[in-house]
Amino acid sequence: MTPPAATPIVRATAIHKHFGALHVLKGVDLEVAERELVFVIGPSGSGKSTLLRCLNRLEEPSSGSVVVDGIDLLDPRTDINHARQRIGMVFQSFNLYPHMTALGNVTLALRKVAGRGRAEADAIGQAALARVGLADRAGHMPAQLSGGQQQRVAIARAIALEPRVMLFDEPTSALDPELVGSVLQVMRELRESGMTMVVVSHEMGFARAAADRVLFMDEGMIVEAGPPAQIFAAPAQERTRAFISQIKHH
Amino acid sequence: MGNWDRFVETFFNAKVMAKYWPDILSGLFVTIELAALIVVTGLIAGLALALLRSLGIRPLNWLIVFVVDLFRALPPLVIIVLIYFGLPSVDLVPSGFVSTWISLALVLMAFAEEIFWAGITAVPRGQWEAARSTGLSFGQTLLGVVLPQALRITIPPLTNRTIAITKGTALGSVVAVSEILGQASSAVSNSYNPSPLTLGAAAYLVLFLPVVVLGRWIETRFAWKR
Ligand SMILES: Nc1ncnc2c1ncn2[C@@H]1O[C@H](COP(=O)(O)OP(=O)(O)O)[C@@H](O)[C@H]1O
Ligand SMILES: [Mg+2]
Repeated sequence: MTPPAATPIVRATAIHKHFGALHVLKGVDLEVAERELVFVIGPSGSGKSTLLRCLNRLEEPSSGSVVVDGIDLLDPRTDINHARQRIGMVFQSFNLYPHMTALGNVTLALRKVAGRGRAEADAIGQAALARVGLADRAGHMPAQLSGGQQQRVAIARAIALEPRVMLFDEPTSALDPELVGSVLQVMRELRESGMTMVVVSHEMGFARAAADRVLFMDEGMIVEAGPPAQIFAAPAQERTRAFISQIKHH
Repeated sequence: MGNWDRFVETFFNAKVMAKYWPDILSGLFVTIELAALIVVTGLIAGLALALLRSLGIRPLNWLIVFVVDLFRALPPLVIIVLIYFGLPSVDLVPSGFVSTWISLALVLMAFAEEIFWAGITAVPRGQWEAARSTGLSFGQTLLGVVLPQALRITIPPLTNRTIAITKGTALGSVVAVSEILGQASSAVSNSYNPSPLTLGAAAYLVLFLPVVVLGRWIETRFAWKR
């Protein structure tokens, strides 16, 4: 395990989020150190996605502060589009652009946001596709790719921008079981390359092998946090225990 | 004279047709010009309104919806007549051609806006989120990611609607536009024979049949092939 660096890459403090009358995040604190992999579990509706989306301001927190790589995301003077290049995000439903090739998906932001020329963007995009094992699929349309391949293109799209942290929201939940492994493999390699990651997932095997810390969320709060071995085998909280035994046996 | 001969004499009178076909032809060119202007301005205005609407500025959107509903509800002929006979009272004197152009462009704008808007809202939220998460701005996402997908689903209904509204150029004959029907009508009253109408119908077919066939082709070509 990596010792925590002096300044965390992600520092979210006292995050509250309301959707109308619904209080979804109730004062969440989260610090993620450089090269750390934080794994988030919790029942459906507990606010995991909302928390993740607050970390790149896809969701605006009602209160609290979010600082990523030294940038205060909630400061109105922050150029959010610039900041978001440093925060990669991977979604449950892949969200590839269906009208563009795999390479087109990967290079769009490189050209439009990072200001690279086409040739340079293509070279970076090709390298990113190679990293996820899809160098030979650059010219394919998303519809011609399996779910696992689509998700790996989505990962390539994010890492091509050289983010400082990657957010994964249930990246394998929409996949057929036989395709899950290829995506987890790419995530493991990413982790080994030193990427800082926040992963919302139910893949406990992956968490055991790759996570530094596991957070258990329930009803908008972080109930418990600790190393995977402790959270999975000997959770301190009854709610955590109940949840763990439920996902183990399903 | 038998019934058949009378029919041919009435609707396919060679002498009348020979005399008036140049008028019908010039009417065809006026119709083409009018139709092209309506299609270009109507579609551009409709797209502009749909893009404005996507900014999500409430009072602006109410205004857009009001304008769109207005021009979808009014019969096109009523709009033409209002502009042609109404605007002169505020010292604007549009020609019949301009009145017809503006009226049908407004109607096409209204229907096109609704179709474009439906297309934009049909693009899944995840597309916006993915694009924004990579740092694309609202405008870049709208134009580079969402609109191309929206256009694909809008092309078939848009083609049909555009054809339907463009045929309304015939209404211009009411306000003295010398398009196909206008030319045919005056030829009929000058010759006391309806054969020019036959020529007019032929001219409409020459103009719109290829467009309808093209529309059918576009419809199959762009049917959601993901
Ligand atoms: N945009 C939204 N508008 C209203 N309610 C929302 C919205 N997004 C999420 N919620 C609600 O917030 C709660 C937490 O959702 P979410 O963060 O997606 O949970 P999880 O990812 O843990 O399943 C749920 O009750 C959900 O219905
Ligand atoms: Mg979720």
